[in-house]
Amino acid sequence: MTMTDQPTGVLGSRMLRREDPALLTGEARYTADLVVPGALHLAMVRSPYARARIVSVDTAAAVTMPGVRAVYSGADLADTWAGPMPCAWPVTEDMKNPTHLPLAVSQANYVGDAVACVIAETAEAARDAVEAVVVEYEPLEAVIDLEDALSDRVVIHDEIGTNRSYTWDLKIEETEGACDAAFAAAAYAVKERYIQQRLIPAAMEPRAVLAVPQPFGGDMTLYSATQVPHILKVMTALTLGIPEHQLRVIAPAVGGGFGSKLNVYAEELLCVALAKRHGVPVRWTETRSEGCQATIHGRGQIQDIELAADANGRLTGLRVRLIGDMGAYLQLVTPGVPLLGAFLYAGVYELPKAFDFSCTSVFTNMTPTDAYRGAGRPEATYAIERAMDSLAYEIGIDPLELRRRNFIPTEKFPYEAYTGLVYDSGNHDGAATLAAEMVGYDELRERQRSQNVPGATKRIGIGLSTYFEMCGLAPSRVLASLNYGAGGWEAATVRVLPTNKVQVVTGTSPHGQGHETAWSMIVAEKLGISPDDVDVLHSDTAIAPLGLDTYGSRSLAVGGVAIAMTCDKVVDKARQIAAHLLEANPDDLEFAGGEFSVAGSPDRSMPLAAVAFEAFTAHNLPDGMEPNLEAHTTYDPPNFSWPFGTHICVVEVDTETGETEVLRYVAVDDCGNQVNPLIVDGQVHGGVIQGLAQALFEEAVYDSDGNLRTSTLAEYLVPAASDVPPVITGHTVTPSPTNQLGVKGVGEAGTIAATPAVINAVVDALSGLGVRNVPMPASPNTVWSIINAAQGGSQ
Amino acid sequence: MIPAAFDYVRASSAEEAISLLGQYGDEAKLLAGGHSLIPLMKLRLAQPTVLVDIGRVSDLSYIRDAGDHVAIGALTRHMDVETSPMLLEHVPLLAHATSHVGDPQVRHRGTIGGSLAHADPASDLPATTLALGATYVVTGPNGTREVAASDFYQGYLTSVLAADELLTEIRVPKMNGAGWSFQKFNRRAQDWAIVGVAAWTRGSESGVGLVNMASVPVLASSVSSALASGSSIADAAALAADEADPQADLNASVEYRQHLARVLTRRALSEAAG
Repeated sequence: MTMTDQPTGVLGSRMLRREDPALLTGEARYTADLVVPGALHLAMVRSPYARARIVSVDTAAAVTMPGVRAVYSGADLADTWAGPMPCAWPVTEDMKNPTHLPLAVSQANYVGDAVACVIAETAEAARDAVEAVVVEYEPLEAVIDLEDALSDRVVIHDEIGTNRSYTWDLKIEETEGACDAAFAAAAYAVKERYIQQRLIPAAMEPRAVLAVPQPFGGDMTLYSATQVPHILKVMTALTLGIPEHQLRVIAPAVGGGFGSKLNVYAEELLCVALAKRHGVPVRWTETRSEGCQATIHGRGQIQDIELAADANGRLTGLRVRLIGDMGAYLQLVTPGVPLLGAFLYAGVYELPKAFDFSCTSVFTNMTPTDAYRGAGRPEATYAIERAMDSLAYEIGIDPLELRRRNFIPTEKFPYEAYTGLVYDSGNHDGAATLAAEMVGYDELRERQRSQNVPGATKRIGIGLSTYFEMCGLAPSRVLASLNYGAGGWEAATVRVLPTNKVQVVTGTSPHGQGHETAWSMIVAEKLGISPDDVDVLHSDTAIAPLGLDTYGSRSLAVGGVAIAMTCDKVVDKARQIAAHLLEANPDDLEFAGGEFSVAGSPDRSMPLAAVAFEAFTAHNLPDGMEPNLEAHTTYDPPNFSWPFGTHICVVEVDTETGETEVLRYVAVDDCGNQVNPLIVDGQVHGGVIQGLAQALFEEAVYDSDGNLRTSTLAEYLVPAASDVPPVITGHTVTPSPTNQLGVKGVGEAGTIAATPAVINAVVDALSGLGVRNVPMPASPNTVWSIINAAQGGSQ
Repeated sequence: MIPAAFDYVRASSAEEAISLLGQYGDEAKLLAGGHSLIPLMKLRLAQPTVLVDIGRVSDLSYIRDAGDHVAIGALTRHMDVETSPMLLEHVPLLAHATSHVGDPQVRHRGTIGGSLAHADPASDLPATTLALGATYVVTGPNGTREVAASDFYQGYLTSVLAADELLTEIRVPKMNGAGWSFQKFNRRAQDWAIVGVAAWTRGSESGVGLVNMASVPVLASSVSSALASGSSIADAAALAADEADPQADLNASVEYRQHLARVLTRRALSEAAG
């Protein structure tokens, strides 16, 4: 069911992804598939303790084992690093950032923290040698609980003297004290605490690295399963003191990332450093358990949220206090993740300037956290959407009705919000109405009333999430105001070859999204050619030297728009050439279907193919015009883009076992114009399941000593297709007015929307039993315990 | 995920396998379908120095009608058990329980004998064969012996199998029209059960096996005794955890496991009686 007023043509068609045949047949080459003779294999010696002083590292036995080339402790390599592992987002002037080296030297700070490494001729020899490295540890007390960390009872990093990394405040008031006044005058107020459990990103392809020294001159090629080849190049150069122009980074086929490959990791730096030192290629492939322990985790927050509302249920004030779990160290953008959510705590609702937000982030002896699909925005959306349900319960009205009373009215867009940010376009009531129709909202409420009677053991719950996403990262000046260490632009080159085939060079770096398909569709539409004639080049800093890569649902709204703008430049130049050859005024030329024609004289025309060849031969170009048909754009977006939608989840909870069954899941997403609705649906399906997984399945569990108890996929419950419901998708289309394609982005929408929709449904099912909140994941055991507690008993 | 170094020998017959086991002693492990052993080796939780591969001992893969019972060769793959017309007719509870083991890939490689000999109380088949009153045939250097399922399991991943013995056949009594039910409770379809119940009833007779409710598969004999003496299903099921001694893990507390055992037993008995 789709409401669409999109143009017909290539854009908006459900074209199959050109990437898929290679992926599905196994022909795609991932980093670990690359065959490089003579490469040495790196293996890491990791701390089994969450916090321990490294007393000594004895490598003598390991280094004599067959096939072992070298063994290094952190101390051995301490002089190798020109700087510590990078954190690009110092969110405050006084942010504390403890030294973080690829191999710890004096103290290990989480289970999995690397303390030594081996390089050997085979992966097997390297793995065996790891067991022969004798590390003497003096175990120290570990800090796992966030509030305990905040107390500084035990300080993890002596060098900074506290576990607090930073406190970041965002208070926005019409007049001083407006927020407190709103709460004082509130007809209704709710105060809730939510726990965002840690999640393990678990991309299908684990991380993998291969560093290959080039034969002459000291150049180095780094292959990595990364989302961010451009950022990785700059950061590797800085950290290792290598001239940036001597480093080339290539991301081959990359099997998912979800933010976990938006980083600079120890193994990447070690492979480059050791390849340089030994003069041979060095490679490393992560095991799944290493992926659980030593690739960043997501989420990890304690959220305290308070809503104030007037007698009609309209929001009058909002107060948020966060404790962010940084883990043991700051990775690339770790401290910024809560800030990305700070602007979304009022969701899709009108809020006066009565907003009081503060986040304090702390170090713990667990794996570092960082951006994970949605990065701050799922957390914020969860808090406001759960709290809105609490407020509806408090007032005694339907949660959908409460939302409708608070939606920003469609006619107010573009809408300047309490934060000063301008929301580009929206139709929240439209999305909610469509979703309610598709799910059969009124009938479901009726069924719920008849089914959830006293004593019923199968109880229906209906959960809403009317979400907002801030994506299309990002206007560079806004990033500057947040102290982010880079811009938010994206680069594109469009090159029409002599035979009218087109090369597009993009700075985005796909890792499963289907950019090659989508970007070729944009070019095809713009130039009037077949998508099959468009080749998309990416993810290699030698071929695409400029770019800021793929994360934050930015690729289409920034990178795709840059391509469209570049196509316009190509057409402009081609128009000049065609006019010259047709002896017409350029203004009189029309361009359609890949052909220039003179208005009113249909017999005088010239196809783009002919223009391209003329541009190549340069035999007869206008005076002063450069040969060839090529253009370049670096586009800095004027605004974020603001996708939105309504998801509705219907569950049945078995109160005897605590099991939740999802009966129906409807996702209505509005991401503006859709380049390829098939890809949009795929993103929504995957995103919804990932969000649902946080609600019902996934949690990185640590014991009180800091041991990760979920270090394999037997314990860390990533759901499979058989464990999740079908997702019914619908769309409204509200184009963004801030870019020529009218697009917004959809990569994270499903994840952002789904988690609160599912938990709202579970809580709704149990509300008749006195349950007001259910912690995540809502496992059967947890739900059963919550019901028992609410019923005043325990079993 | 690289196992420690090990040697590999392939046995072409049960006799050769037993002889090899005798030769290598405790250092050796039998490799059948490999779906329990290989993951442990990759995590280096198991580091046998010799693997004796019995995967090609084809004369241990069969399902035969043996009169009052069905005889199943130990190397019969789960998929063959699950789809066997003979088992579907005479021991449907076992065929159905087997369809819940792991996922299709596991069921195409894993074997019934491998699953039982691994003696994991969280596996579906030990408790199911226990409930059915199965007998296991064990072959060693001095011939064969029969061991009742109820005598086979000694502790977590531990059975009465000696280091040089091989589980060769499973004899499962025909159910003769008994009602049955298999209740597997888990969070993901391919996982081990958090709690599972295999149950059959025929008149006043019954058998109830519990999955993952102790360090060994559990026969809930209190439930069967109560049913035999005329208790209602609800009253009998309330005794389901009496013989159990469950552990807590990430999925379930001890109390929750006990509760689930009672709920699932009630549901199983109701379905079996239905």
